[in-house]
Order: sequence, then structure tokens, then C-alpha cells
Amino acid sequence: MRQPDQSTQVGTLAVEVQNVTKNYGTFTALKDINLGIKDNEFFTMLGPSGCGKTTLLRSIAGFESISKGDLLLYGENIADLPPNKRPVNTVFQQYALFPHMNVTSNVMFGLERLGHSATDAKRRAREVLAMVQLTQFADRLPSQLSGGQQQRVALARALAPNPKVLLLDEPLSALDLKLRQSVRVELQQLQHETGITFVFVTHDQEEALTMSDRIAVMSNGQVQQVGTPVEIYEHPVNRFVADFIGDTNIIDVTVTKTTGQSATCRLPDGSTLLCEANDGAAEGTGHISIRPERIRLCNPGTGQLDGRIKSRVYLGTDLNVHVTLKDGTDVKARIQNTDGIDIPNVGEPVDLRLEASGTRLLVD
Amino acid sequence: MAGPQLKSTDTDNSNYAGLGPWLLLPSWLVIGFFLVLPVGLMLIYSFLTKEFRGGVVWDFSPAAYDQFFFDRGLFGDSAPTIELTYISIFWRSIWQAAVATILCLLIGFPTAWFIATKTGSNRTIWLFLITIPYWVNLLIRTISMKFLIRDNGPLNELLLSIGLISEPIHMINTNFAVQLGLFYSYLPFMVLPIYASVERYNFALSEAAADLYATKWVTLTKIILPVVKPGVIAGCILVFVPSLGAFLAPDLLGGAKNFMIGSLIEEQFKGNAGNWPFGAAASMILLSMVLVILTIYARQQVKAGDR
Amino acid sequence: MAKHIDIRKFTGFRAIAVLCLFLLYAPLIVVSVYSFNDSISITTWGGFSLRWYEDVFFGPEAPKFKQAAINSLTIAIGAAVASTAIATAAATAMLRAGKFKGKSFSFMLINLPLMVPEIVTAVATLIFFSAIGFVSGYMTILVAHIVFCIPFAYLPIAARMQSIEPFYEQAALDLYATRFQAFRMILLPLMAPGILSGFLLAFIISLDDFIITNFVKGAGVETLPTAIFGAVKLGIKPNVMAISTLLLLVSVVFVTLSYLVGRMGENTEK
Repeated sequence: MRQPDQSTQVGTLAVEVQNVTKNYGTFTALKDINLGIKDNEFFTMLGPSGCGKTTLLRSIAGFESISKGDLLLYGENIADLPPNKRPVNTVFQQYALFPHMNVTSNVMFGLERLGHSATDAKRRAREVLAMVQLTQFADRLPSQLSGGQQQRVALARALAPNPKVLLLDEPLSALDLKLRQSVRVELQQLQHETGITFVFVTHDQEEALTMSDRIAVMSNGQVQQVGTPVEIYEHPVNRFVADFIGDTNIIDVTVTKTTGQSATCRLPDGSTLLCEANDGAAEGTGHISIRPERIRLCNPGTGQLDGRIKSRVYLGTDLNVHVTLKDGTDVKARIQNTDGIDIPNVGEPVDLRLEASGTRLLVD
Repeated sequence: MAGPQLKSTDTDNSNYAGLGPWLLLPSWLVIGFFLVLPVGLMLIYSFLTKEFRGGVVWDFSPAAYDQFFFDRGLFGDSAPTIELTYISIFWRSIWQAAVATILCLLIGFPTAWFIATKTGSNRTIWLFLITIPYWVNLLIRTISMKFLIRDNGPLNELLLSIGLISEPIHMINTNFAVQLGLFYSYLPFMVLPIYASVERYNFALSEAAADLYATKWVTLTKIILPVVKPGVIAGCILVFVPSLGAFLAPDLLGGAKNFMIGSLIEEQFKGNAGNWPFGAAASMILLSMVLVILTIYARQQVKAGDR
Repeated sequence: MAKHIDIRKFTGFRAIAVLCLFLLYAPLIVVSVYSFNDSISITTWGGFSLRWYEDVFFGPEAPKFKQAAINSLTIAIGAAVASTAIATAAATAMLRAGKFKGKSFSFMLINLPLMVPEIVTAVATLIFFSAIGFVSGYMTILVAHIVFCIPFAYLPIAARMQSIEPFYEQAALDLYATRFQAFRMILLPLMAPGILSGFLLAFIISLDDFIITNFVKGAGVETLPTAIFGAVKLGIKPNVMAISTLLLLVSVVFVTLSYLVGRMGENTEK
């Protein structure tokens, strides 16, 4: 059982989190969580610090015991197994490379514990180090490597025993921006090459959106939404997700009619708008969310909402324009910096047009 | 060096959860059996009757404490009055320990400050030089002091030869010598904890004070001292407590006349007095005093931690 | 031009620091110098000579000092080994075993030998051994020293363990090591500098102890400090100065060693 094997069919669940609750004294870190992570997918748990994502990851690894619920790994309950009996491996946030062992010994460590012979372990270590392009650093100590190299050793060490699931705990947070972007691509490639299920924890939404097959957005110990990056960004199910992922405007509206997946809302200035709606949207007061890039500026009298320009911020590729509506609400619009754009000066009147397909009625 | 700089927030420290009591078992057994139990036994002994030439008779008696605090006349038949002999020995010990503490503070604080404000290898060398006496055998240090201040010792010789004095100053076997010995013995104990807290002192605080028109003196008393207070208090306790129970300085430098608590207790077991219950009682009184001081200290630490 | 004011400097502090160093070293240096005095009279300088060192090693009192030195050394090694082992286990429990009942009490217990005045420990131990009828001698000294050395060994060991993040062992557990393997293969090697300084500290504390040893040694068994104390009672003779200088040298060597070990620890951390 300790020996990870490759014989898993497509479509099965790699990790099943069933009703998992974790309490620290009176504080509840995880509240009745249910999640299914598919075999061979790049799955990301995303959320602000303290949302429980790392606790959940460490529970899967076996470093935290869960208070209630079950953890299944390819159908087998692992909730009561110690970390060394679970066929999963972890890339730690600070890498946790053994400082007194060289790169090869670090990579060989897990294989040797699993009972591989020294020659066997060495061969496999060479193989994995080649995969992460560190062959020439095999004899170095971790302290003699750069941050990016250390990160790749940590990856190689965790991949060497061929785990059923690889757990990655914010492995990129210690790298500088440039390096982080190139490592993202490498990580994705590595996941495709190895076919191992990756469970990735991050607080960086850009990381999550660019790398993942699916994302679980978490907050306050609960999963808010699970979906593909497009689903999460384009169709947030609630205000937290809309607010946390990307930039958005939240505007108070009165819902006059709901029909299945859409709703008719009255905007603050009295005009009406047909927009997408979440399940359970009800008539009455509500909020709509619209991304700044889905708002167009137009001449006074030709749009849905009228206001005045409050400020303009030049960002190079784009311009951020803040508009104050008549009722005092501030709205952000993001306008691409193309030829011939003509934006009124601060204080001048302007009208806004909201793209219906980018507008979504939220359930709080 | 390159590498991760983030401090982990959610790593726990229970890698060996469940093994705590087993790993502590040796400490519990050794300290419990050979220190806690003996102190308890000492308490019992202080209420037993003395046997001549050491040892005890297992008869309950408060005689030791009675002897310590009360005078009942030569034949024990007078009305009890307060016995001053032993109380004054304790009082003198407290007084001398306090003076030693103040002297150590006056020399130790500037020294610690000076070292902590040095940089690089200069600081390392100074720190190293202060650390060495800390670890040199206390007996040898006390003997060295005794040798130095003898009537015809090197100090008097030097003073005579440069004509500062015309005849040797008698220092050995005086209260002054004991005082000097205590100061000398525990001076390093003052410097190191203060150094440790000055080293962590944020000098931007001094800059802010100076920027807000504080003089150096005001900065020292209103900013620096309150901030490094924990180190100062730790240093004072490390000097005061061992000074209180000191044996070597009063014995070697003070001679028989200058009793302190330590020599009084030693006399009951190793010397001619041979009164074990009385020695145990005196030890209990000393221990109680020290525990009171440490409890007050611990309370303060907890209070400081709450802030 | 305005005078530059250094907020770190106080007038006179340098002078006091120099005075402090002078006070600490003057007696030691004087004794070391006089230990090389050729004269029989200890106060007048009769030229450089090693005769008192010769006296320490080959003189009439040499067998006594030699036996005392052997006792001191073996007791110090025994006490240091035992207290280091006990302290390492205790530190692992205090810093790596999560929460459990009696933890804060245990911390107090470990530090108890530091809080009880030495002379009180000495009295209590003497009473205890005499009450249970244990004959005072070599073993009683050794046991008393083990107790006394535990908190001293504990300090550097715990400090070191605290600086080692728990994720190293967790990485080992994650890579299929058992808890014992994680301790032996990861934590212990990383702890080595702390354990070594704990050992050195305990060793020198045991070697230096006079008060407790003096109480529990019984008749006939001497350590170097008690032997020196006995000799000084009759007046400071030049051979005492020679032996003091030798002990001084041992202390200096040990402080230097533990200092270097500490530096080694800092380097491996990076």
C-alpha cells in the first residue's frame, strides 16, 4: 500500500474530502468541507490567509489531525494514517530541504525509507533531477543553491517516490516575481509529464487562474466555489468570490423579476438591466457585480448610468477611470489604451454602459 | 544568501505528540528524587531535634526556628525576646547582596551598553572577554582576589611603591573585602543579560527621542532604561540571589567574623556547631526569601508579557 | 560646523567598560604571573620559574592533586553526559511534543536547580543522602552534579531546537520516515551544535562546583576545587597559584571551544 502505483483509471477521484471539520480549541479552521479532487488534475485551493487552505492541505498530508469527517485517497480512507504511511508527498512553503544533506541525498531520502536499494534510489534521483534540470547540482548542499534551485530540489524530492498525489504549499511565494512566472509554466508542464494529481495551495489569484484545471475558492474555513478558472472569474457564485477574484464593482440594485438564470434589475438611476443571476436569486434589494473592463464610457445621454469623472489613473496598457454616480456610488472602469481614446477630464459628466453578459446578480 | 525568508505561521510543533511525558520522565525522576524530595526532607529536618555531632533525633520540635527568632536566656527560662544574632546575619547578608547588586549595575550597565553598541569583530572580542570570567571557577577567582588584597599582597605593594600610601591598608577579613568579593564574583552575571537586551534595542527609538528634543540623559532615563528593563532586572536577580547565599566570598575574604547566611549554614553541617535542624531551618528561611523574590519577578514578567 | 552626535555613545561608558574588564582580569592575571615566581615567599618576585608547576605534578602533594583531578574530570564527564541526555529528551518534549498535561510544571521543575540557592541544594542533598543511609563519596557527588547540570545543559539545547523549524522533520515524515528516523536522521544532526554546547556548559559547571561538592563529598574523596579550598585554608601557597592558573587555562579553552561550536552552528543554519 505504501508503494504508490500508476494503475488508476481516468475519471476516478484522487482525493475525497468528506464532511471534514477541524477545530483548534474553540476556533474552527475547517467547517464541514466536501471536495472531490479528480485524478490527474491540477487542483488549486485559493483564499486569503487564514481561510483554512493550508490546514486542509496539511490534513491531507497528515500533519494535522481532523476533528470530524473522512479523507479518502483513491477510495481508501487515510484519515487515521500517520504522514509516513500516506502515499502523498509535499512541497513545503519553505522547501524544508535537509540542510545537512546534499541534493542527491535529499532526493533519495524518501526512496530509501520506502526500502529501495541505494543504487535504485540513486538512479531514480538522477532521473528526477534531470527532469527539473538540476543534474549538475547533484552534489551541492541546499545552502549553496539559489532560491529557485532550492524550490526545484524540493519538487524533485517530493516527486521521486512517485506519489499518488503531490501537495504543494505555496511553493512559489518565496521566489521573486520574474522567477515565479517562469516556474508556473514549468510546474504545469511537469504535471502533464508525470500525470500526477497536483493539489496546490496559494493566496495568489493570478497563480491560481493561470495554472489550474480547477480551483476551490475558500474563506472562513469553508469552500465558497469550485470551478474552472473561467467559471470562477466569469460566474462567481457569491459576493466573496466576485470580490476576491479580480477587480469588480458591486452596485446596489432592486430586483424586479427573476426568470431562471437571469434577472431584471433596476439600477440606482431608475434604468433597468437584464443580467445573469445565481440560483436562489430573489426579488427585492440585491447587488450586481460587474468587472471594470466590462464597463464602457459614452457621451452623456447615451448610456445607462450617468455620473461625473472623479479621477483617471494611467496604467500604461490601460486607464483606470473612477466615476461617481448621481447617488454617490463610485464605479471603476478599465479602458484599454488604444488609439484615439477620448476620456473627459475630471469633473466632466460621462455616461456608463454595462455589458449585460458581464453583469451578474449575486447572492450574498 | 538566497532562499525562503518567510516565517511559517501554520506549522505546529507536535511532531512527537504523545511522547512528551515519556521524554520528560528522566527529568522528573532525577530532579524529583534528588532535589524536590531532599528539599522536602530538609523542611522536615528543620522541625526535628538535634543530635550532638551532627544528625537528628526523630522528635518533632520547633526548637530550630525558636533558636533563630527568640532569645529565652541562657537556661531557656527567661521571657522570650527577639533574638538578634541570626536576624542580623540575615539582614547583613541582604544588605551586602543589595550593595553588590547596585555596584554591579553601576559598572555592568555602561559596560553592557558599550559592548552592544560596538560592531563586528570588536563586539565579538569584547563579549568574549566578558564571557571568560563568567566561566572561570568561582573559587579560583575568589582566591585570586584574596591574594591580591592581602596586607602584603600585590595591591598594597603597588600602592606603597608609588607612594600613594605609607603603610599597607588592611582589607582582608573586613566587611569591605566581602563586599568587594561579592561584587567581583557576580559582576559578569550582570553584564550578560543586560547586553542581551540592549542588543535587541531598536536605536531608532533613541533617534526619535533626540528628534523630539530629548537630551541624552532624558533619552537614557525615559526611553532606554524602560525598554531594556527586563535585562536589567534579570541581571539584578542573577547577582542578588547568589550573593545572598554566597559562601566563598565571606569565608575566604571575610574570615570567621564576617558571617553571612552561607557561612552560618555551612557552620551547622561542616563546622563545629553541628546543629542540623538549625541549619535546615536557616536554609528554609533563605529558600523562602529567594522564592518570594523569584515569584515577584515571575509575576512582573507575566504582566510585562500581557502588555 | 555642528558637532556630530552619536546617539549610541554616552560619555564615560567606554572608561567604565575598560575599568570593568580591568577589575575582572587584574586578580587573575596577578595570580597567573605570580605562579611563575621563583621565590618561596609568595609576595616578593624572585624571577621566572616553573618550579611550582613542577611541584604540582611531582611534589609531595602531587598524588593528592592528581586523584582530585581524576575525580573532577570523571565526575564532570559523567554528569555532562547524563545531564545532556536528560536535557535533550526534555527539550524534545517541551518544544516538539505539542501540548500535554504537566508541561508548564515540567518547565519549572527543569529550571528548579537554577532557582534554589546552591547552598540550600547542598544542605538538602546532604540531608537526603544521610537519611537514606547512602554513603557520601564519589557517587553522591556525581548524582548531585547531574541534577545541578540539567538546566545548564537544557538552555543551549532548547535554544537550538527552537531555531530549527519543525518542517524539516515533517518533510522526513512526509517522505516515509518513522518518527524515530525523523528524530535520528534529521533533528539530531541539526541539533548537534546545541547538544555539544550543552555538554560543554554542563561539563564546566560540574568542574567548577565547590559548594555542593563540599557538602556531599564525605571524607576522603576530593575534587580539584575542594582540594584547592583545603589547601588555601592553610594559606595561599605558590603551588595553589600554579594549579589555579592551570584550571584558569582549562576554562579559557572550554569557553573558546563552546564559542567556536556556537559559530559552527550559525554557519550550518544558513
